[in-house]
Amino acid sequence: MGRNKRRHSAVAGATRPDAAAASRSRGLSLGRREELAAWVFILPWIVGFLAFTAGPMLVSLYLSFTETNMLNIFKHVGLRNYVDLFSFDKVRSLFWISLYNTCYYVFLSVPLELAVGFMIAVLLNQNIKGRGLLRTVYYLPSVIPGIAVSLLWIMLFRGQSGVFNSVLALFGIQGPAWLYSEVWSKPALVIMSLWGAGGPMLILLAGLQSIPTELYDAAKVDGAGVWSRFWHVTIPMVSPTLFFVLVTGIIGSFQVFVTSYVMTSGGPNNSTLVYVLYLFNLAFKQFRMGYASALAWAYFVVIMCFTVLLLRSSAAWVYYETGIGGE
Amino acid sequence: MAAKGWLPEHTARRLTRVAQRALLYFILLAGGVVILFPFYWMVSTSVKPPNEVAAVPIKWIPSRIVWENYPQAIYAMPVSVLVFLKNSLVLSSLVTYGTVSVSAIVAYPFARLRFRGRRTLFLIILGTMMIPSQVTMIPLFILFSRLQWVNTFLPLVVPAFFGEAYFIFLLRQFFATIPREMDDAAKIDGCGPFGVFFRIILPMSTPALGITAVFSFSGMWNNFMGPLIYLNDMDKFPLALGLRAFQSGPGTGRSIRWEHLMAASVLMTIPMLVLFFFTQRSYIQGIVITGVKG
Repeated sequence: MGRNKRRHSAVAGATRPDAAAASRSRGLSLGRREELAAWVFILPWIVGFLAFTAGPMLVSLYLSFTETNMLNIFKHVGLRNYVDLFSFDKVRSLFWISLYNTCYYVFLSVPLELAVGFMIAVLLNQNIKGRGLLRTVYYLPSVIPGIAVSLLWIMLFRGQSGVFNSVLALFGIQGPAWLYSEVWSKPALVIMSLWGAGGPMLILLAGLQSIPTELYDAAKVDGAGVWSRFWHVTIPMVSPTLFFVLVTGIIGSFQVFVTSYVMTSGGPNNSTLVYVLYLFNLAFKQFRMGYASALAWAYFVVIMCFTVLLLRSSAAWVYYETGIGGE
Repeated sequence: MAAKGWLPEHTARRLTRVAQRALLYFILLAGGVVILFPFYWMVSTSVKPPNEVAAVPIKWIPSRIVWENYPQAIYAMPVSVLVFLKNSLVLSSLVTYGTVSVSAIVAYPFARLRFRGRRTLFLIILGTMMIPSQVTMIPLFILFSRLQWVNTFLPLVVPAFFGEAYFIFLLRQFFATIPREMDDAAKIDGCGPFGVFFRIILPMSTPALGITAVFSFSGMWNNFMGPLIYLNDMDKFPLALGLRAFQSGPGTGRSIRWEHLMAASVLMTIPMLVLFFFTQRSYIQGIVITGVKG
């Protein structure tokens, strides 16, 4: 709190040019001048933070206790939005379904993407020819606009004329209806997300390359075999990078929207209704802004909980060479 | 290993090594083919004759190349794809200009100046990266509609002019690597903090500024949800929304022309590929710096 107060006074000082000029004429110390300049530089971000992040978050909290109709009437309803939200009655709320769908997607796609990305990174980290080219090839899908990816994969997942089912047919397997099947729609989105494994791969490969070779040499001298070196040198040394990719992957995947919106519109039978899509529909199709705000806050709390849990757990399995990771 | 026993030991060991190498290359190349296949499908569909697009059994290779799909795709919508392209260019350029210049300004004091609360404030900035934009989406929509900004580019462009946490972080990391002796020399010549920023830090950071620009440009280019929320008229659509319009069709009930849709997708993707290939080295560095040193 004390720190906060000081920050505000400094901001106020930076925004009052007359006061600043006055003190400068009295001979401002170099340190004070530097401090003043710093706040002038940071000012745009502070304004933006208040106007586009902190302010709206508070407004959103307020809205979550109201009922609104088409942006103008705000009626206080107390906790009703939240009571409705957490209701298990599917007619009243799709909160649990959308949360389940999102978690299904996040907790399958992120670990799988990470595993595949890590595997490719380990393979690419050998002394091989054409490594740069292969790295580029694997990363390429991450460069494609999400909307183009989604549209393209609709075609790959088509029933009879789709690529997946045509390949399966070569082996005499009749493929499912994928995006039109309540059972297979979510796995289809997970499979599709694996196309983006090049993202984690790129970061993990850099992490692997930054491991000093002396560590491997020392392990070899101690008689460690390939597997032992992998488990006792590679894994601990790359664990901070793995952790970073995991956290950013989970936060990013929780925001999945475009794929569901474009490929399935949340269907069939809400099987791909992810959280943000539900939020979007409530806010911008039904214009239930108050209820949607409650949904948005619940979403924020869920993400924060997962982040905190992950950060807490990191001490157990992430190896940091020098204390904590720092900035 | 299988060869052990009936071959001299060193030959056997070499054979195993060769086999291992072969397997390694095989896995990596097979993986590469799988990764590249959807690209092939996008491009090949865009030049397929219409009756082969959804053929059963599947047509792996188009029987002839139909380049006319491209001009047809451009004029298939009530609004030309070229208008979508122009809107994307305008939006992405404005957002890039705002984000890069303001993020650089905000990043500078965190790399160079001493002030109270520096560490705390920087952690707050990093913390805002964890806040999903969906949390502020609704109040911002209400704010911008009160300002009569809906159906203009303003809600998408104006916030960029207040800096972006991720880029502030990226630029700060880079600024911190510029040797301080450079600053000192400028200070002796009578430069204040502003002089140092404009005469030393900015000119020395062109690679970092460049890569920030590339990221921010592609970020807006690929942005779908923002335009979806704020833009209503088709002649204001960027490519991302334009593609979606292909899917839903101008009139209802029209079947999707996949060859046109893929042609438009190719047109939207090419600039991203070009940007990536021309800036590859620093692009990859930019992605990596956040992960490994983060």
